[in-house]
Amino acid sequence: MNWKRKSIAAERIFKNGFVNFGRNVWLAIAAIAMMAITLTILLFAIVANATFGHTVADITSHIDVSVYLKDNLSDSQRTSLIDQVKHVENVGSVKYISKAQALKTYREQNISNTDLLAAISETDNPLPASLNIKPVDANNLQPIKDFLDKPAILALQSDPTSYSGDRKAAIDNITRATHFFQQAGVIGIIVFIIISMLIIFNTIRMAIFNRRDELVIMRLLGASTAFIRGPFVVETMLYGFVAAVISLVACAALFKIASSTLQASSLGLLDIGYSDRFFTTHLFTILTLQIAIGILIGAVSSGIATRRYLKLNR
Amino acid sequence: MILLDRVTKSYSRRSGTALERISLHVEPKEFVIIVGQSGAGKSTLFKLLTREEKPTSGKIIVGGMDYEHLRDKDVPLLRRKIGVVFQDFKLLNNKTVYENVAFALEIAGISNNEIKHTVPKVLDLVGLKGKENNYPLELSGGERQRVAIARAIVRQPKILIADEPTGNLDPKHAWDVIKVLEKVNKYGTTVLLTTHNQEIVNALKRRVVTIADGHIVSDKAQGQYRAS
Repeated sequence: MNWKRKSIAAERIFKNGFVNFGRNVWLAIAAIAMMAITLTILLFAIVANATFGHTVADITSHIDVSVYLKDNLSDSQRTSLIDQVKHVENVGSVKYISKAQALKTYREQNISNTDLLAAISETDNPLPASLNIKPVDANNLQPIKDFLDKPAILALQSDPTSYSGDRKAAIDNITRATHFFQQAGVIGIIVFIIISMLIIFNTIRMAIFNRRDELVIMRLLGASTAFIRGPFVVETMLYGFVAAVISLVACAALFKIASSTLQASSLGLLDIGYSDRFFTTHLFTILTLQIAIGILIGAVSSGIATRRYLKLNR
Repeated sequence: MILLDRVTKSYSRRSGTALERISLHVEPKEFVIIVGQSGAGKSTLFKLLTREEKPTSGKIIVGGMDYEHLRDKDVPLLRRKIGVVFQDFKLLNNKTVYENVAFALEIAGISNNEIKHTVPKVLDLVGLKGKENNYPLELSGGERQRVAIARAIVRQPKILIADEPTGNLDPKHAWDVIKVLEKVNKYGTTVLLTTHNQEIVNALKRRVVTIADGHIVSDKAQGQYRAS
């Protein structure tokens, strides 16, 4: 019986919250707008973080070290070298490319250049066999470099090692930018959450003032604290929900425009199109997160506001 | 049913003592009229019984609930056990007569089916059949007070406390309200009525408790009252 009454009370709390939301929607516009801005900043921070991360991952996946081997290396020397390289710190993978494979790749890459193809076919395959080493962390090639510079290892190499490490500066720049945006994003989110909460406090305060007679009557008739406070909390949770939807629609439109216009402009190595792809593929997760955070901000701030402004101890 | 034992209530040192060592015992199904001039302490007594105020000292027990041990979170439960009628009606003007009465049941978590079944009966009892869809501001003062009584009794409380329910009404409507209160008492509800309407008090021939300057100065089974 008791649980039945509680479920009826919960149902009425939600119903009253929706009714109050309808009544106060004009009063709540400022609060909803500020929450929408907060959630938009949050969404931008998430997407920007993912885009920077993707760009860094994309660049680092292309970084490798090529070790060119002398033609006269025996099979056992080669196998031993590969084994040793595999155990060097920061080595992710090692791939052996034979002379024949190197020639095949070279021919494929230069298929339209008949002069080059003709020159190469005249000699007896000048391309050396090589080891293609992919590092785990592209920013830390030193252990690999140290190993390859050992005299015993150098003796096995036909040409100087090729480091495609010229992108290290770009990676560093992007990583720095990512950290900056992460920090700025966190600060921005905190500031806007505080502003949102202050505006919600004020909105709830006005709503309480407008309904003070009703609240007094409810209290005198024996309404429980939850029954009085609950609709306010439900109402502000709805602010959060509406703000999340507004924020998401605005961002979706913005990403569509950005991916088509910014991609054409030069933004260095940053893949702006990925932002839109990330947004689209993670839409459900982002929507859930936005709504959950919007509802949480609403619930927490109205919970504090009703505790602060609703005098229910009588 | 209602027990006050040496209850004192002081708001502040400057305003003095509103009630001083008041003792009162009301039996179940009694109809007791509390009389006194404005400022005598009737409203303070009312607020103590509804637990809007806490006594400075003394003991209050209503319907078996000892206020001394009553936690703040239990106050709503207490108020659901007591029907309360106010001088200024305290109706929700944006709700209809039906909705105002149903509101008291909604708060208590009563099902919609039970509300639909109970409210019309109570409105009939207080003589408001046919006024269900009217808003309070469309009604006379007497009718509004009867809505307030309907709201107070719809949960079938054992005790009904009415604070100056006829204070804002003309004699005809005042009597309508008093007749409803008598009817409610006849069905077994203990009624505590505060008033300073001499005519009503003397015509009712009920127990009369007179308060003056925060003290009970008389308590008579079929009392008379002379407002000065």
